Amino acid sequence: MKIVVCVSHVPDTASKINIGADGKTLDTNGLTFVLNPYDEFAIEEALKTKEKFGGEVTLISVGNDSFKESLRKGLAMGADSAVLLKNDGYFDSLSLAKSLSDEIKNLGAELVFVGKQSVDYDNSVVGQMLAELLGYNSVSVAVACSIDGNKITAEREIEGGKEVVEFNLPAVITTQKGLNEPRYPSLKGIMAAKKKVIEEKAAKVFDNHSEFVSLLRPASKSAGKILGTDVSAVSELVRLLREEAKVI
Amino acid sequence: MDNKFLVVLEQRNGIIKKSSFEIYAKAKEFSANTDAVLIGASIVDESQLKQAGVSEVTFIKNNDLENYSSSAYTNILVDFIKQNSYEFVFIANTALGKDLAPRLAAKLDCGITMDCTNLTEDAGNLLATRPVFAGKLLLQQKLTSTVKIFNIRPNSFGFTAGSEVETKINVKETSDICLSVKTVDVKKAGGKLDVAEADVIVSGGRGMKSAENFNHIESLASELNAAVGASRAVVDAGWRPHAEQVGQTGKTVSPNLYIAVGISGAIQHIAGMRSSKYIVAINKDKDAPIFQIADYGIVADAFDILPVLTEEIKKIKQ
Ligand SMILES: Cc1cc2nc3c(=O)[nH]c(=O)nc-3n(C[C@H](O)[C@H](O)[C@H](O)COP(=O)(O)OP(=O)(O)OC[C@H]3O[C@@H](n4cnc5c(N)ncnc54)[C@H](O)[C@@H]3O)c2cc1C
Ligand SMILES: Nc1ncnc2c1ncn2[C@@H]1O[C@H](COP(=O)(O)O)[C@@H](O)[C@H]1O
Repeated sequence: MKIVVCVSHVPDTASKINIGADGKTLDTNGLTFVLNPYDEFAIEEALKTKEKFGGEVTLISVGNDSFKESLRKGLAMGADSAVLLKNDGYFDSLSLAKSLSDEIKNLGAELVFVGKQSVDYDNSVVGQMLAELLGYNSVSVAVACSIDGNKITAEREIEGGKEVVEFNLPAVITTQKGLNEPRYPSLKGIMAAKKKVIEEKAAKVFDNHSEFVSLLRPASKSAGKILGTDVSAVSELVRLLREEAKVI
Repeated sequence: MDNKFLVVLEQRNGIIKKSSFEIYAKAKEFSANTDAVLIGASIVDESQLKQAGVSEVTFIKNNDLENYSSSAYTNILVDFIKQNSYEFVFIANTALGKDLAPRLAAKLDCGITMDCTNLTEDAGNLLATRPVFAGKLLLQQKLTSTVKIFNIRPNSFGFTAGSEVETKINVKETSDICLSVKTVDVKKAGGKLDVAEADVIVSGGRGMKSAENFNHIESLASELNAAVGASRAVVDAGWRPHAEQVGQTGKTVSPNLYIAVGISGAIQHIAGMRSSKYIVAINKDKDAPIFQIADYGIVADAFDILPVLTEEIKKIKQ
């Protein structure tokens, strides 16, 4: 089975994020980028699927040269090959999904794993868009997934429970924490990944349907009132919640 | 604005979601030309629509649509939006809305903005504001296509029912639906209130010390009709289920009141709850970062505070 994993390269969640001079893009100076945490679940699920049914796992990113670092990590985890669709300009999510789907069609992949969310702009859309563009069945935020012949049964998180969903291949699955435990790259894997060539080509460009107007810092909440350091503060808290906040 | 607006309402188990009514009310503020659409097998209780002030709704009905199907919903709504030439489409950022909205954008080849917490009118368009980078920044975004999809974080605008109206329900039976993706079962998590939908949340962190000690959290939650939430540390320790996790790798919540007990306030936790209207922190470390975003804080041992707080709440309810 031909399996594709879409991989995004994002600022480490612990890093401080600064706004660039234009007031609408990121200042990437001094930022550490990592493989998007949700994409680790996607890579792990792809590798497990390959181990069970055979096949080949290809990673795809749309981005600049720095994305190679995350692709390299995915190769070290065990993916067979990687493609970087090079792009330096701004792609909105739909343009990005279009350029990914174009390459996935080229590769003839039957199964595509995508993270549920890229922890930069936190859109959570690329997987669902890809599915519609490819005309594949799909499930988002999967926390369980099993494949039996042509049929996939997956569970997705919803409010107050889980939906159990069935559909046939070809398919796109977006991965949520809980689906699996991503493996660490082994030393052997890291060595092997160094030798692999990341294929590079220009990303196909499509028209954007959205634009950034500005990036802002949220109004910093003035640190709240410390009401006390023992139980005597409780009645004041209850009073404020009733009278000031009016939430109880 | 006099553009055609459409609000996609959502129901589960016969209950139409509060977030649906919230965005309907908001959309009407921008355009009197706002329609509503609901999909499902039946409308269990029409009075919900009346009480929420929905004057007219198109109900697209099929007996196989008791549960959500991404394929059926996508096809139905794409056709409906095209047939009626809607330009501004609104969907709440629920599990269903998050799955559905981007599918519509792909099929309609249009712009989309996700998880917006504010909308303002701007020269015949809407300017959307949404948290990015785990809420460290806000992005103001504009959609430039003719059709535009706005996905809205629940409880961003608040909703209080106004006066009752008569609701005109236009039922459209549809026979030809695409069930290539089908929900075959819904597993309920013990019928408990979900953090993503609760008005009040009481969350516990590693400071609770053990799974058993969460009975203190549960007692307080029960007095407040609140959902129980958790930090990742306690979910990873196996004390609480992942469904309760709040934060970057858990759920994003926006309740009226969020009480964080024994939670340090790591950036990834704050990412999931900073848009709560009121935040209370109980932590014995006065330097814990959670106090930076809390409205009210108590610097003390949670095990001293929780029983007394629970009693006080019980008292005022009597
Ligand atoms: C990629 C990534 C994603 C993540 N996603 C999430 C996420 O979704 N949600 C999340 O929560 N975390 C997430 N984390 C983890 C996060 O960084 C923190 O490790 C976690 O939130 C800490 O949980 P905690 O506050 O319960 O524990 P701690 O940080 O250990 O804090 C415990 C707190 O309890 C206080 N305390 C101890 N005893 C008492 C007592 N008796 N009474 C009162 N207070 C007491 C302490 O002072 C301390 O402040 C993520 C991390 C990464 C790297
Ligand atoms: N630049 C990119 N290149 C390849 N895949 C991406 C890219 N951006 C996002 N993705 C994939 O889409 C998922 C969801 O991203 P998003 O919709 O942007 O939150 C990510 O977890 C990745 O799997």
